[in-house]
Amino acid sequence: MVSAGDTAWILISSALVMLMTPGLALFYGGMVRRKNVLSTVMMSFALLGLIGILWVLYGYSLSFGPDAGGIIGRLGWIGLSGVGQEPSDIYASTVPHLAFMVFQGMFAIITVALWTGGIVERTKFSAFLLLAVLWFTLVYCPVAHWVWGDGGWLANLGALDFAGGTVVHVSAGMSALALALLLGKRRGFEEGEPMEPHNIPMVVLGTGLLWFGWFGFNAGSALTSGGLASSAFVATNVSAGAAALTWMFLAWMQRRPSALGVATGAVAGLVAITPAAGFVHPIAAIPIGAVASVICYYCMVLRTKRGIDESLDVWAVHGMGGLWGAIATGIFASAAVNASGADGLLWGGFAQFGKQIAGIAAVGAFAFGMTWGLGKFVDAVIGLRVKEEEEVVGLDISQHGERAYGGVIT
Amino acid sequence: MKKIEAVIRPEKLEPVRTALADMGILGMTVSEVVGRGRQRGITLQWRVGEYRVEFLPKVKIEVVVMEEDLGKTLSAIVRSARTGERGDGKIFVLPVENAVRIRTGDQAESAI
Repeated sequence: MVSAGDTAWILISSALVMLMTPGLALFYGGMVRRKNVLSTVMMSFALLGLIGILWVLYGYSLSFGPDAGGIIGRLGWIGLSGVGQEPSDIYASTVPHLAFMVFQGMFAIITVALWTGGIVERTKFSAFLLLAVLWFTLVYCPVAHWVWGDGGWLANLGALDFAGGTVVHVSAGMSALALALLLGKRRGFEEGEPMEPHNIPMVVLGTGLLWFGWFGFNAGSALTSGGLASSAFVATNVSAGAAALTWMFLAWMQRRPSALGVATGAVAGLVAITPAAGFVHPIAAIPIGAVASVICYYCMVLRTKRGIDESLDVWAVHGMGGLWGAIATGIFASAAVNASGADGLLWGGFAQFGKQIAGIAAVGAFAFGMTWGLGKFVDAVIGLRVKEEEEVVGLDISQHGERAYGGVIT
Repeated sequence: MKKIEAVIRPEKLEPVRTALADMGILGMTVSEVVGRGRQRGITLQWRVGEYRVEFLPKVKIEVVVMEEDLGKTLSAIVRSARTGERGDGKIFVLPVENAVRIRTGDQAESAI
C-alpha cells in the first residue's frame, strides 16, 4: 500500500540528497587553488549526469536486483523493468518502487563524487570518467548489494548501516587513498608550495548544502515519514553540531578557531552519524560527533606527516569518520530505538559489535584493493594524470577550456 | 618631472590621498599589490597544520609631480602613511621623460 506521507518524504529526501552533490562540488571546489576550481567542481557535478543514467540502466539492478549468491544483484531490473509505481515486494513497502529506486540513485552519485577529493588538481578528466564508470559498476554496486540488497551477505550477517557509513563513506575514503597513492603528489606538494584553499566561503556554503541534504540522506533512510525518520533527523543535526564545535576547539588549540575547521568538523560529524542515525538515541549523537572530529583531525595530522597527498582528506574524514560511525553503531545501537536494529556494546551486544567490525573490514579492504586495480587499469589504458604543463597551467584551462573567474582584461 | 611609486599599507591609502589632495595633487594610479620587505610573511591555517604566506597585501600609488613639488610630496606621503611599525612600505622616485594628456594631446608639464 502506497502511503502518501511516506512517498512525499522519500521524494523530498531524494531531492535533498541530489543537492548534496553540487554541495560537495562547492565544498571541494573552494579548497583547491583557483586554477583548478572548475575541474574539481566538474568531477562531482558531471556525475549527476553519468551515474544518474547508469543507475537506471543497470546500477539499480546490480545493487538491489534479485540476489545472486549474496554478492551482486541480477540484471532482472535492468532498464527499470518491473520497477514501477507500485511498491516493490522487498524494499520500502509503503512507497512506489520508483521512489525507492531514485532515492538510492542519489546515494550512488554522491559516493562516486566523494572520492574525487583525493585526486583533485592532477587527474585527466577523460580518465576520471572511465574510472567513475568502472568504480560505480565494480565497487559501488556490489558493496551496496552486500549491505543493503535483499540477500546481500553483509545484510544476512546482520551488519548495521543505516544510511551508508560503510557503503558510502568507508568505501569512498579507502578508494580515495588508493587513487591518491597511485597518482602521486601534486606538483609542488613535496617542495612545500602552499596549496592554499582559494575560497573558504565557498567551502562553508558547500558544507551548508551538505548538512541540509544530509537530512534526506539519513532521515530519508528510514524510508517512512514517522518517528524513526524524526529520530534520525535529530541525531544527524546533533552529531554535526557536536563535531563542528569539537573541531573548532581543536583548531583553537592549534592557533585559531578556523572557518575551514568548523566546516570540516561538521562534515566529519555528519559522516559518523550516517550508519548510526536510525539505530541510536539522538543524545548518543553527541559523543559520536565529538569523537568523530578528534579521530578525523588526528588522522589528517597523520596523513600530512606521512607526506601523502590525499588532497582533500577523503580518507581521514569519510574513511575514518565512516569507520568510527560504524563502530559507534556497534556501541550505541539500541533495539529500543529501532526494533529492526540491534543492541550495541552498551547493552551487552558483543556479537553486534563484531558484525560491525566485519562489515568495515570487508568493505574497506574490497574498496581499497578493487580501486587500486581499476586505477592501474585506467592508467595503463589512457593515463590517469595530466601532462606536466597541463598541471602547471591548471586543469580548468587544460581540461575544460574555461576559467572560473574572468578578469578585467579579457 | 618625477614619478613617485609609493608602496604603502592598504589602510593608509585614504590618508595619503587626502594629504596629496590638500596640496592640490589629485591624479594618481592605485593598484593592489603583494610584496615583502625585510619583515616576515604571515602564518595561516590549513585544516590541520599551517602554511606561510611570504607576501603581504599592499597598495601601490603612482603619481607624477613637478620637480619642485617632489620634496613636499614625499614628506606628505611619509607623514600620512607612517605608523612607525615594520611594514610601512617604501617610496621610489624615477625620472620621467615625457607625459601626454590623451584627450588634448598636451605634452610634458601641462599634461600632469
